[in-house]
Amino acid sequence: MNKITNNKAWFLVLPVFFIVAISAIIPLMTVVNYSVQDIFDPQTRFFVGTDWFRQVLEDSRLHDALIRQIVYTGSVLFIEVPLGIGIALTLPRKGWGVSACMVLLALPLLIPWNVVGTIWQIFGRADIGLGGYTLNLLGMDYNYSQNPMDAWVTVLVMDIWHWTSLIVLLCYAGLRSIPDAYYQAAKIDGASNWAVFRFIQLPKMQSVLVIGVLLRFMDSFMIYTEPFVLTGGGPGTATTFLSQFLVTVAVGQFDLGPAAAFSLIYFLIILLVCWVFYTVVMNAGKREEQ
Amino acid sequence: MTLTLENITKTMGAETHIDDVSISLEPGSFNVLLGRTQAGKTTLMRIMAGLEPPTKGRILVNGNNVTGMPVQKRNVAMVYQQFINYPSMNVYDNIASPLKLQGVNTAEIERRVKSTAELMHIEHLLDRLPQELSGGQQQRTAMARAMVKDCTLLLLDEPLVNLDYKLREELREEIPNLLAKRDTIVVYATTEPMEALLLGGKCAVMHEGRVTQFGPTTQVYHNPAYVETGLIFSDPPINLVKAEIRDKALYLASGHQVPLAGHLSNLANGNYTIGVRANHLSVDATGPDCIAMQGQVELAEITGSETFVHVHFNDVSWVIQEEGVHNPRLGEATTFYVDPKRLFAYDANDRLVAAPPVEIQNGKAA
Repeated sequence: MNKITNNKAWFLVLPVFFIVAISAIIPLMTVVNYSVQDIFDPQTRFFVGTDWFRQVLEDSRLHDALIRQIVYTGSVLFIEVPLGIGIALTLPRKGWGVSACMVLLALPLLIPWNVVGTIWQIFGRADIGLGGYTLNLLGMDYNYSQNPMDAWVTVLVMDIWHWTSLIVLLCYAGLRSIPDAYYQAAKIDGASNWAVFRFIQLPKMQSVLVIGVLLRFMDSFMIYTEPFVLTGGGPGTATTFLSQFLVTVAVGQFDLGPAAAFSLIYFLIILLVCWVFYTVVMNAGKREEQ
Repeated sequence: MTLTLENITKTMGAETHIDDVSISLEPGSFNVLLGRTQAGKTTLMRIMAGLEPPTKGRILVNGNNVTGMPVQKRNVAMVYQQFINYPSMNVYDNIASPLKLQGVNTAEIERRVKSTAELMHIEHLLDRLPQELSGGQQQRTAMARAMVKDCTLLLLDEPLVNLDYKLREELREEIPNLLAKRDTIVVYATTEPMEALLLGGKCAVMHEGRVTQFGPTTQVYHNPAYVETGLIFSDPPINLVKAEIRDKALYLASGHQVPLAGHLSNLANGNYTIGVRANHLSVDATGPDCIAMQGQVELAEITGSETFVHVHFNDVSWVIQEEGVHNPRLGEATTFYVDPKRLFAYDANDRLVAAPPVEIQNGKAA
C-alpha cells in the first residue's frame, strides 16, 4: 500500500539492457530469423519452419564433421590435461627457475591462432620446414597436404603446443596455494607420492582444473583458424571440423538458412556440454561431501 | 620413551636458526615451548620430528641415536597452526589414514577412530568433509588424526592460534586432560605466557634459537632466569627499570628509592635491572611497605576484566594492570604503588639474582 514506485530505476537498467541486446540478443535473433525462413531477396521470403534444421541434422557431412570434432576435442583434453598436470608437478617451487619457466610457458599463449597455424604450416613442410624435412629424413613419409592422418595429427600437435601451457599455469597456481604443512603431515603419516597427489594435490587443484577443462573444451570445439591456415580443412575433409563445415555452408555455398540453423545447434551443443560437465563435476564434489 | 637433544644446531646459509640446544624430555611429559615468533620453535619441532636434519648435534631416543632416521619411522605426529586435513576425505577417513598406512586391520581401525572421535567430541561429524566443518572442528579432526596412532612424540605447533577466542579457551582446557594418561611426549609451542601457565607441565623458554630456561612451568614463571625470559614469560612484558644499589638502598632510574629488604637484602652494590610484572603494580597501596611512584598516564587499554594503564615518568615507562574498568585521564599525573617484596633483580649480565618468594608473587603473603 505504502510502497513507493520509482520508475527512474528503469533508466539504470537500460544501459545494460542495450549492451546485452546489441552484443547478444539481436545477433542471435537474426540467426534465429534466418534459420526459419528461405530468403531469396529482401522482399521474397518464405517461412519454412523446421525444414532447415531437419535438413542440416540429416546431412551426413555434418555427422562426419561432428564425429571428427568429438574425437579431436577428446584427444585435446585427454592429452593436454594430464600433460599439463604432469608439467606443473615438475616445475620448480622457488628460485630463479620459477620466473624462467613461467616466461617460457607463457610464450605460446601470446601467439595468435593464425600465426600458430602459419608457424606449423611452414615447420611441417617437407621441402623447407625443419620438422617436416627432419621427419622425412628419418624415413617417415610425412606430408600434411596429402596424408589425412598427418594433417589431423599436425592440427592436434599444434593445439597441444599452443595451449598445454594454460593448463600448466592454472595447475601450478593451484599447487602453489597448498600450504607446506600438508606435505609435512603426509610425510609424517608416511604417505606415498601417489597418495600425496591423489589426496592432497588433486583435490586442491580441482577448481582450477574444472576451469581449465571448460576453457579447453570450448576453445577446441570451436577450432577454425589453425586447420584453415594449414590445409583449409583438407586434405579432403580430414580436418573439416564443425566451424570449417559451417563456413563452407554459410560463405562457400551461401546457404544462409541451413547455416543459421546449424549455428544454433552448434551453440546449443557447446552450452549443453559445458552445463552437463560443470553440473556433474560440482555434484561429484558435493556427493563426496555428504 | 625419553627424547634427548644433544647440542642441536641448525644453520641455513649464514643464519643460525637453532643455537646449541640440549634438552631432555621425559616419557609422558607435557612440554611447552614458549617463545616469540621466529624464536625457532617450529624449527626445533621439525628437528625433533625428523622432518629436518640438524646441522650439528644428536637426537637420542632412549639413548639410541636416531639423528638420521626419516620421519616415517619415528612414530611422531604433528598438529599445525593451519588446519591440515586431507580435503577429499571425510572425517572418519582422515582420522583413519595414519592407521591405514600402518596396516592396522579394519575392525581395529573402526574401534580406535570411534573412541578418538568421541574423545575429541567429533563423533557426530565422521561423515563430513573438512571444508564443511568449523575451524574448531577441523582442528579437532587434525588432533584426532595425530592422537589416533599412539605416537611416542606428539608435536603441537601453536594449534590454537587460528581459532577464535571462545574455541581456543574450550580446547585449551581440554588438551591437558586429553593427553594426561598417555606415555606420549607432548611438545606444545606457543607465544602466549597465559597459555603456557594454563597448560602446565614443563616449560622451555626459547629466545633467538636457544633454550634459555627449562623447568616446571610455574617455577620458570616465578624465576625467569634472564631479562629476556621475563619479557617473554609475562603479558604484558615485565616492566624493566635500570637501578643501582649503593648505601644499602636501591636507586631506580626513575628517581625512586627502595629500601633493601627481604629477598633483596643480600644484593651487593652495583648496577642492576629491576623487573616488576604489571599485575604487581597497583594504583592503590596494597601493603604498608609499598612505595608511591608518580607518572603521567599515556594510555589506558581496557579489556573489560582488566585495564592496562601505561604510565611514563623520567624516561621510564610502566604498565600497570588493574582489575576492572578504569578511566584515568590521559596526560594527567597519577600515583601508583610498587611493593619492594615483588621486585625481580637482574645483574649487569641480565641474569636473575633475586626473585620474590613464590607465595608473595602469588599474592598470598601479607
